[in-house]
Amino acid sequence: MTDLRQTKTYAVLTAALFMMSLLFMAGAAGAGEERVPLPHPAMSEKAQKAENCVAPVSEMRRYHMQYLKHQRVETLRKGVRGNPYSLKSCVNCHAVKDKAAGGARTADAFCSSCHKYAAVTIDCFSCHTNKAADRKKTSAVQSPVSQLAAHLEKAAKDRSLLK
Amino acid sequence: MSTSNKQTADLARRRFLSGAVALGSVSIASGFTLYTASARPKGEPASSKIRWGLLIDTGKCEDCNICVEACKTENGWEGHRGNLTDPQWIRKVGLTDKRTGKKQSLPVMCLHCEYPPCVDVCPVGASMKRADGIVLVDRHLCIGCRYCMMACPYGARSFVHEKVTNQKPYMPRGQGTVESCTLCAHRIDDGRIPACVEACTKSGREAMLFGDLNDPQSAISKRIVQVSTTKLRADLGLEPNVRYVNF
Ligand code: HEC
Ligand code: HEC
Ligand code: HEC
Repeated sequence: MTDLRQTKTYAVLTAALFMMSLLFMAGAAGAGEERVPLPHPAMSEKAQKAENCVAPVSEMRRYHMQYLKHQRVETLRKGVRGNPYSLKSCVNCHAVKDKAAGGARTADAFCSSCHKYAAVTIDCFSCHTNKAADRKKTSAVQSPVSQLAAHLEKAAKDRSLLK
Repeated sequence: MSTSNKQTADLARRRFLSGAVALGSVSIASGFTLYTASARPKGEPASSKIRWGLLIDTGKCEDCNICVEACKTENGWEGHRGNLTDPQWIRKVGLTDKRTGKKQSLPVMCLHCEYPPCVDVCPVGASMKRADGIVLVDRHLCIGCRYCMMACPYGARSFVHEKVTNQKPYMPRGQGTVESCTLCAHRIDDGRIPACVEACTKSGREAMLFGDLNDPQSAISKRIVQVSTTKLRADLGLEPNVRYVNF
């Protein structure tokens, strides 16, 4: 009898210890290991000015891929133009300055913010340009370095012409 | 079997119909209405009432490359290495008559066939003809098998072998897909004429005439009933919408 009681108390004790260590581990994990941060898609100046997306945000978050895939059939195969769900227009409105693209506005930061979080890979920008259509403006405001580079390049060309 | 029979019947009817249209316009033809550009209203699809076509006057076409260069800059397909595998949406073909030594030069691109063999062979439905007769590759579906390139008797299509960067916003292009002349569908939808035609006209040669073959009042339709035009490889019965004159 005593034997059984003893085993029971042991069992209860070990169970309690086990639970405590589990709780402790969970706490340690929560403090040490970072969770993947929730995405916060950066709003471009243009988007901020526009205030609204082409559809309510709750709808866009959930269904933009379907709208885009519908639109591409409409535009490419049927020739429908000027609809709101054009990929060109998303890029034009949502693009933000991108150092990797030499200061041009690209849609990479906006589109990939959530996609990284959700582990989505899109191939759209292997064909579609990710740059907004306002490249002329950015090239007009040249940095001194790029001005010098352009000058040297021109000089090199002129020299090769003389040969 | 039945489909091919049906197609022959359709072909015959089509020829009969186009003959009737041509006759109609002979009796009306007097003035000369140039192609009047107007953008299709937003949200409206291309219409089968329109049949876009091109008439190339090889008599006026000189040994220049203006149309090719214009297409390159418009659509951004300039090959960066000069490889044989570089894409080519439009090319100049030189012909020499062996007997007389007479030389001719003419542009060849997608001829936008009424019965495009590239569409017939595509296993995924990427190769397609738009309602207004423009033959396109839906690159969203293209798997790059290149059957269409083999089926095209005009060698009009190219495969994109290399990675593409800096595409034009209105002309997405990418590695692993087939592409060809779109007749500048993006410009046509916007009420403008194809880039090659615009450049040729601006250069003063005016060897390319663009317009609606279904409209008997269009400049191109009127010209087609006045002069004898050539359809390349007419024997194949593909009824190309790009035709040649003085050839
Ligand atoms: C005229 C500018 C404009 C265009 C064009 C536009 N958007 Fe937006 N978009 C916005 C604005 C502004 C917001 C934020 C609205 C808000 O917070 O109420 C937004 C929000 C979004 C969001 C939600 C972001 C978040 O923080 O959760 C998504 C997703 C989105 N847009 C996708 C698209 C796609 C895809 C397209 C192209 C079909 C597109 N947008 C076209 C302006 C635009
Ligand atoms: C292999 C090249 C290629 C890829 C990859 C590609 N597209 Fe396209 N896309 C095109 C071409 C070519 C057009 C036709 C452009 C025209 O006629 O204006 C087009 C047109 C479109 C259009 C209509 C024009 C516009 O700007 O709104 C949409 C929308 C579109 N694509 C969405 C997508 C989306 C979304 C993806 C990724 C899931 C994608 N595309 C991937 C080649 C591609
Ligand atoms: C608010 C977050 C968010 C933003 C911003 C966002 N996406 Fe997405 N996108 C998602 C999620 C989440 C999915 C996956 C949904 C699923 O699989 O059910 C997705 C999927 C897609 C898909 C379909 C991918 C596939 O393989 O089918 C396309 C195409 C796409 N997004 C395009 C875009 C483009 C272009 C932009 C920028 C203009 C953009 N998205 C911006 C959250 C976002």
